[in-house]
Amino acid sequence: MSAVGQDLPDLLYSDTERALADALGSLLADRGGVDKVLARTESAETYDDGLWQTIAGELGCAGLLIPERDGGAGASYREACSAAEALGASVAPVPFLGSAVVATAALLSVASGAPSDTTAAAGTPFTPARAAADLLRRMADGSVTATLAAPFAAAPGSAFPVSVRVAGPKPGDAQTGVARLRGTVSGVADALPASVLLVPADGVPNALYLVDMASPGVAKAPVVSLDMTRQLCDLSFDDAPGRLLASGPAASQALDAALTAGAAVLAAEQVGLAQRCLDMTLAYVKARHQFARPVGSFQALKHRLADVWVSVSQARAASRYAAACLATGNSDAKVAVSVAKAYCSQTAVLAAQECLQMHGGIGFTWEHPAHLYLKRAKADSIGFGTPDAHRAALASLVNLPAP
Amino acid sequence: MTPEELRERVRAFLAEHDPHEMPRQDFLNARFDAGLAWVHYPEGLGGLGLSRSLQQIVDAEFAAARSPGHNAELNAIGLGMAAPTILAYGNDEQRRRWLRELWTGREIWCQLFSEPGAGSDLASLATRAVPDGDGWVVSGQKVWTSLAHESRRGLLLTRTDPDVPKHAGLTYFAVDMTAPGVDVRPLRQITGEAEFNEVFLTDVQIPDADRIGPVGEGWKVANATLMSERVSIGASRAAPREAGMIGAAAATWRSRPELRTPGLHDRLLQLWIDAEVARLAGERLRQQLAAGRPGPEGSAAKLVLATLNQEISAFEVELAGGDGLRYDDWSLHPPQHALFYGRGPGYRYLRARANSIEGGTSEILRNIIAERVLGLPPEPRVDKDIPWKDLPR
Repeated sequence: MSAVGQDLPDLLYSDTERALADALGSLLADRGGVDKVLARTESAETYDDGLWQTIAGELGCAGLLIPERDGGAGASYREACSAAEALGASVAPVPFLGSAVVATAALLSVASGAPSDTTAAAGTPFTPARAAADLLRRMADGSVTATLAAPFAAAPGSAFPVSVRVAGPKPGDAQTGVARLRGTVSGVADALPASVLLVPADGVPNALYLVDMASPGVAKAPVVSLDMTRQLCDLSFDDAPGRLLASGPAASQALDAALTAGAAVLAAEQVGLAQRCLDMTLAYVKARHQFARPVGSFQALKHRLADVWVSVSQARAASRYAAACLATGNSDAKVAVSVAKAYCSQTAVLAAQECLQMHGGIGFTWEHPAHLYLKRAKADSIGFGTPDAHRAALASLVNLPAP
Repeated sequence: MTPEELRERVRAFLAEHDPHEMPRQDFLNARFDAGLAWVHYPEGLGGLGLSRSLQQIVDAEFAAARSPGHNAELNAIGLGMAAPTILAYGNDEQRRRWLRELWTGREIWCQLFSEPGAGSDLASLATRAVPDGDGWVVSGQKVWTSLAHESRRGLLLTRTDPDVPKHAGLTYFAVDMTAPGVDVRPLRQITGEAEFNEVFLTDVQIPDADRIGPVGEGWKVANATLMSERVSIGASRAAPREAGMIGAAAATWRSRPELRTPGLHDRLLQLWIDAEVARLAGERLRQQLAAGRPGPEGSAAKLVLATLNQEISAFEVELAGGDGLRYDDWSLHPPQHALFYGRGPGYRYLRARANSIEGGTSEILRNIIAERVLGLPPEPRVDKDIPWKDLPR
């Protein structure tokens, strides 16, 4: 295909990716749009489980990254990123990022690294690979929602979390094969609607455990979050039973795969959010009259909107490149993801801030959705690593060392 | 034609025309006549009427055979602006007369648009063309003209009717730069050198056969030229990572640890990311064009590049510390090709100031994006219905 550069992957949207984003966009609009999202932020159920079930069931979004043999769609990060753009445009309160991307990436890493089930001793009830595959199958149709028990702010490449550690066994644990986890994790995204947690725990060696949210000793406390469309929660573990999924380098690898995937898909969400902020603002400044003319005819606004559009165009290219690199396991993926997350974070915040400012007084009211986008944009800029954290990562990745 | 068929055709051509045996100009002429110059141009005019995306196949085959180049770098205006304009608005005789000379590099062309009194408001220009027998007589002054001293012809925009509003009274010519009355003088810039010229036109006679497009429709023709200019300045082919100015800054950072500070480090990383994203956006634009889905993103490319060059070169001067106070050479050299990378950071810093002025100021580009891409209301046009001769100036 001659449209593709010789050294860079296809940065455009395929027809499939476009169709997925369009279908998701119309579904989200049909289901009440941002007005409903706003009402939900002050309810007991900040996540929209009904919406998530529809997205997971009808559109197969929960299992996009899961192989077909495990009940998923067998799609790639390109499709996942297209879906994230549509979800970001609607600030949809669904656990797509936490379950269908981050937890899925960790489990896929576990499944690929663990010895296959045929080599396990006959009659062994639990093997990591089998557990990962079973869980992926149940996540693929949305019947189970999982998330990684790591702070939303954790950046790819950061040190293995040590706030949860392996405690001494209880009587009978040797027979059931469970480990006991103790500690806390604060500010976890998409854990509120999750029924399964993937918990990184400190020990010798470090390891990743599978924990049922309903187990005794697991507690979650909702956090009053800056972004209530993706409400965080604090998790605590008090001798909670966990099953080992991966340990040592395999655990670190799974964690890093999860955080890298999270950063890349979040960057795509930021592109979708920024584009929607720009579209809302354009519609408003064309209609709103002051001084007997549309406010969008003033050059002071026109030039700033041009700059927002330029920034969104640039961000889209960065996000597409990160998606393409992850989709094919390109060796440039780490650079691509850090470039995309650093750049798209700034674009989304710029677009949301300009959206609010150019709406004037109405933009500062609770009833107008501009604040939902601003809060999501600002929170997203911290999620899976601030721009600064990604610049620091790039310093070593591209050999521009600190003083 | 499939890519494989095209590749075969190039190989067949090369089998008959050995680039190492034939004189350079003969080889280029033959390549043009075989339709293997620019394949998206029509047959008989150096092309085969194919998709632009197939050009890379042809170029790769000729490069692999170590065929001679056609002076494309020096002739950026001739190839990037004159040729598309001639193709769109020239008559058959003009296309036959000029396109082969342009593509084979026999003729370098320049652009005579801007005037001291008409910069961003190009349509207000004052250079007059008056009918005279079978042709025209032209007088006026043009500025900011690169390559004027090396050019065979210049794309010239003139006023032929001062009694109608400004856009309506313009006519477009390809003026012979060697004609009597054409006086090219170097114009010295803030860098000390004279990369551009001013061109004085005094009673220059132009045959009507050198007029491009109808009388009074020069604005439409000029717009075709300007749109090509923005595409050719903004998005060339996919560049490798760290191509352009960021490469120089990164190289200094890597080789001179004693210059590093925390503040400069963060700025460098921000600029590195911006440069990398601009590179990816340029490639995305190229892919859109190749797929036959040109997007409006082209207008962003030049704006981004101007800001980026200015910020990176400013950073470089600061990174140099005490050495940033030195300048390599203020002396006036005869006009020559811009040597952006062969000179010091101080030169790059000063030269980059022009990036947001030449080829459309960044302010005009933002207007264009706001109005044509985003659909925002146009600027008030107070001169719209007034005859040009009555405008205040």
